[in-house]
Amino acid sequence: MSARPAHPTGAAAREAELRALAGSVPDPELPQVSLAELGVLRTVRATGPDRVEVELTPTYTGCPAIETMAEDVVRVLRERGGVAEVAVRTVLAPPWSTDDITAEGRRKLAEAGIAPPRPGRGADGPVPLELGIRCPNCGSADTALLSRFSSTACKALRRCASCREPFDHFKEL
Amino acid sequence: MSGARPGNPGHHAALALGDDALILAQRLGEWSGHAPELEEEVALANIALDLLGQARALLSLCGDEDELAFRREERAFRNVQLVERPNGDFAHTIARQLYFSTWQELLYGRLAGGTGPIAALAAKAVKECAYHRDHAEQWTLRLGDGTEESHRRMQAALDALWRYTGELWQPVEGLDVDWDALESAWRAGVTGVVTRATLGVPEGPQSSPWAAGAGRQGVHTEPFGRLLAEMQHLHRSHPGASW
Repeated sequence: MSARPAHPTGAAAREAELRALAGSVPDPELPQVSLAELGVLRTVRATGPDRVEVELTPTYTGCPAIETMAEDVVRVLRERGGVAEVAVRTVLAPPWSTDDITAEGRRKLAEAGIAPPRPGRGADGPVPLELGIRCPNCGSADTALLSRFSSTACKALRRCASCREPFDHFKEL
Repeated sequence: MSGARPGNPGHHAALALGDDALILAQRLGEWSGHAPELEEEVALANIALDLLGQARALLSLCGDEDELAFRREERAFRNVQLVERPNGDFAHTIARQLYFSTWQELLYGRLAGGTGPIAALAAKAVKECAYHRDHAEQWTLRLGDGTEESHRRMQAALDALWRYTGELWQPVEGLDVDWDALESAWRAGVTGVVTRATLGVPEGPQSSPWAAGAGRQGVHTEPFGRLLAEMQHLHRSHPGASW
């Protein structure tokens, strides 16, 4: 412990501040939800007075938004965090899961008309049954799958039989 | 990444699995603008995107991903021949997806328990593969148990691609997998779906005397050259192009 920097409390506070800044960046494809709420911001580490290392994890392996996320994190940490040098790394392990989306993130998805993923899918679980997905517009449980794949890799396309509106469902992963 | 230098087993494995994903992504991308319905076009593009993500992660373990994808000659690719087979009609694409995604999900599920960068990628990707396999299963059932014409075409597609499936059990250097057990599990999975779809499991050989079963050694089928030409021409004509 004696080898720790002279101002551990100050450093920790600074890291927390930078983490909050990076975490506040909106997802480029789901701007209602922040990176922290989506659960893709893994670590923010100050490695020097002017250097920060950030670890992001993609939702899907091929998610093209990860590059924009990295650019946005660099920009916000430079411009609003005053950090000169920001290095962003993409990590795959442990794999991201829809269970990593926070309660607040789920609420915002539903508010934006996207049915949130159902919790608790284990890593080895089967593709879940399509029961129990409620329409984010009218709340009806009478919804049907139109396609397992939708506007982005992480969503499926459904339709509500009550209000007849199509909607996206953030599918479990 | 010390485990993936040319010539060592980690490099060999990452290149083989990376090429499988890259080439199948390219094939599926050819459906853009041609799929039978809009939802299906989006589905195939999404699956291609997942595979492309896997390919980027795996090829980056071996070197520069762009250099590897766009500057290698045909004989340097290590993908199984199954993934390079032309899209054919929609049934052929689905048969290829059924054979490949069933295999990939089983393989990645086994690799996910290991350590190192390939295991990390497998643990991530296996969850995506489950959706790919499910997609292929739903379509196999729908086409097989559909009209007389869709049944006939789905059976023809399963038969035509069967001889490219033997290569899937060829051990890949650097991967610690029980290949016999993998084959049994694959056969059980495919048989279950095909039977439920009122189709027959093909009975012919799973390799052919001339070339099938040699993709891992860099021997490819004739349509592969045209695939590479299309995939690589922009990069070769305009090195470093970006937008």
